[in-house]
Amino acid sequence: MRRLVILGGGTAGTIVANKLRRRLALEDWQITVIDRDREHLYQPGLLFVPFGGREDLRKQRRQLLRNGIQFLIGEVGAVDPEQKSVRLTDGDVVSYDYLVVATGTSSRPDQTPGMLGDEWHRSIHDFYTYDGAFALREALQGFTGGRLVVHVVDQPIKCPVAPLEFTFLVEAFLRGRQMRDQVELVYVTPLDGAFTKPIASRYLGQLLDDRKIAVEADFLVERIDAERKTLVSYDEREIGYDLLVTVPLNMGADFIAASGLGDELNYVPVDKHTLQSVAHPDIFAIGDANDLPTSKAGSVAHFSSDIFVENFRQYVEGVAMTHRFDGHANCFVETGDGKGLLIDFNYDTEPLPGRFPLGRLGPMSLLRETKANHWGKLAFRWIYWHLLLPGRWLPLPARMSMSGKHRPDEEVRP
Amino acid sequence: MTATVVSVGDTTIHVDSEGFLTEYGEWTEGLAGQLAARIGIELTDEHWKAIRFLRADYPSHGETATLRRVSTLAGIPIKQLFVLFPGKPAKKMAYVAGLPKPRGCV
Ligand SMILES: Cc1cc2nc3c(=O)[nH]c(=O)nc-3n(C[C@H](O)[C@H](O)[C@H](O)COP(=O)(O)OP(=O)(O)OC[C@H]3O[C@@H](n4cnc5c(N)ncnc54)[C@H](O)[C@@H]3O)c2cc1C
Repeated sequence: MRRLVILGGGTAGTIVANKLRRRLALEDWQITVIDRDREHLYQPGLLFVPFGGREDLRKQRRQLLRNGIQFLIGEVGAVDPEQKSVRLTDGDVVSYDYLVVATGTSSRPDQTPGMLGDEWHRSIHDFYTYDGAFALREALQGFTGGRLVVHVVDQPIKCPVAPLEFTFLVEAFLRGRQMRDQVELVYVTPLDGAFTKPIASRYLGQLLDDRKIAVEADFLVERIDAERKTLVSYDEREIGYDLLVTVPLNMGADFIAASGLGDELNYVPVDKHTLQSVAHPDIFAIGDANDLPTSKAGSVAHFSSDIFVENFRQYVEGVAMTHRFDGHANCFVETGDGKGLLIDFNYDTEPLPGRFPLGRLGPMSLLRETKANHWGKLAFRWIYWHLLLPGRWLPLPARMSMSGKHRPDEEVRP
Repeated sequence: MTATVVSVGDTTIHVDSEGFLTEYGEWTEGLAGQLAARIGIELTDEHWKAIRFLRADYPSHGETATLRRVSTLAGIPIKQLFVLFPGKPAKKMAYVAGLPKPRGCV
């Protein structure tokens, strides 16, 4: 019996376990998923919570895993790649022949001095966690005006567009409450602009201008002076706030550092086309847990899992892996007022305008605000639970397609 | 991205539209001094520590190191990187070290 152990039962771990359970013979393979808790959280839903979204975002992990997959609850403490074993913090040891690290990335407010303290979830908020998103909902309900700062500590973060989506949504929310004039909105980013790729910048930068949202770029926070309600950067710039919505530093799991498996942010260095660990061939890392130079997003977990599953079967049969992941990512960007846009890109091609997924037919539009894109985003929740996580076929190719896309200078004007 | 050919001192190099070197092999220590001068920086031993780290890290990592990576692995505090390369340290270091501009997302 060969043993495959998958660490993390989130988006990537669940998809991979379900896909492989269908493809690997039950009598030859034992598949085990380990996660620290019982409930799977639909993270894209957190974006809507501060504005009143009420759907239940959680399901039991066990129910999301196919029969024939063993599910263990436990916190991973360390991996020993030489002994091929995983030690849980309660002392249990699980041995493997092949290991998939899918423990994602998480918010680390403890990494910025001054962020955690009495003001955490009072005047300093996040929406990347379940508790954070609900605390922020209360804060927004009670907000009477002043300066509202949306802030990103550093890249990479999961869902890199989420802070911008939040900014658009909060602007629309304030307008809806007739208090937009009482609020100064500022978007603070360590990057050199709200959007960095040139074509997306041109299309999207305008949206921020139109909504009178100020952008403070190249701002790398050193500490927060919570008493003075001020962000202080390494080059000693200061930005005051009345309400701060921050995206804390995102980091991979601590056991990755403890096992010597990670880089400076605890991400596992992998081959960017096969997801195989560069240090240990029997270890793969999928989803947000690896250091791929693409977005950390559920869509990447999905597309790369298609490649990974085929490669894994070749690898365990002892033949060369022939499938190559191209960095394909695909993200809806909510822009408020019931509209959204969509971006589709990979390692080599920046987000371009056009139609998706079918060249002329769409029905989604790339880099353009439409109602259809917003409904696409909302419909995604159903797709996530019922098609994506079970590992069913979805009509979205793993490889990015140029069909339907064009460079703006090739744009044909009517 | 299309590269253009420019002359810096008496060397000819390939750069992208923002002036970042596109050929890893075209960089020399002499060139670094000239690139630094163009952005008003005079290179000291401390600058060299950061630049040498970036050069050595790039081939194995395949990406230009972030400030956090330089700080953790080369042991130079982020604050100090802002003193050495004022304003936009990540970009300025990459420029002088002849590496691609650090990656953004969208
Ligand atoms: C607010 C928000 C909005 C988002 N919107 C979108 C969107 O619109 N589209 C999109 O594509 N993506 C979106 N994402 C990103 C998406 O949710 C993630 O990229 C995706 O969940 C990554 O999957 P993963 O399996 O790598 O990590 P996760 O799904 O986070 O799973 C990691 C799992 O590992 C477990 N774990 C971690 N450490 C340990 C340990 N030591 N021991 C045991 N278990 C451990 C965790 O409990 C968790 O279950 C959003 C994320 C957020 C926060």
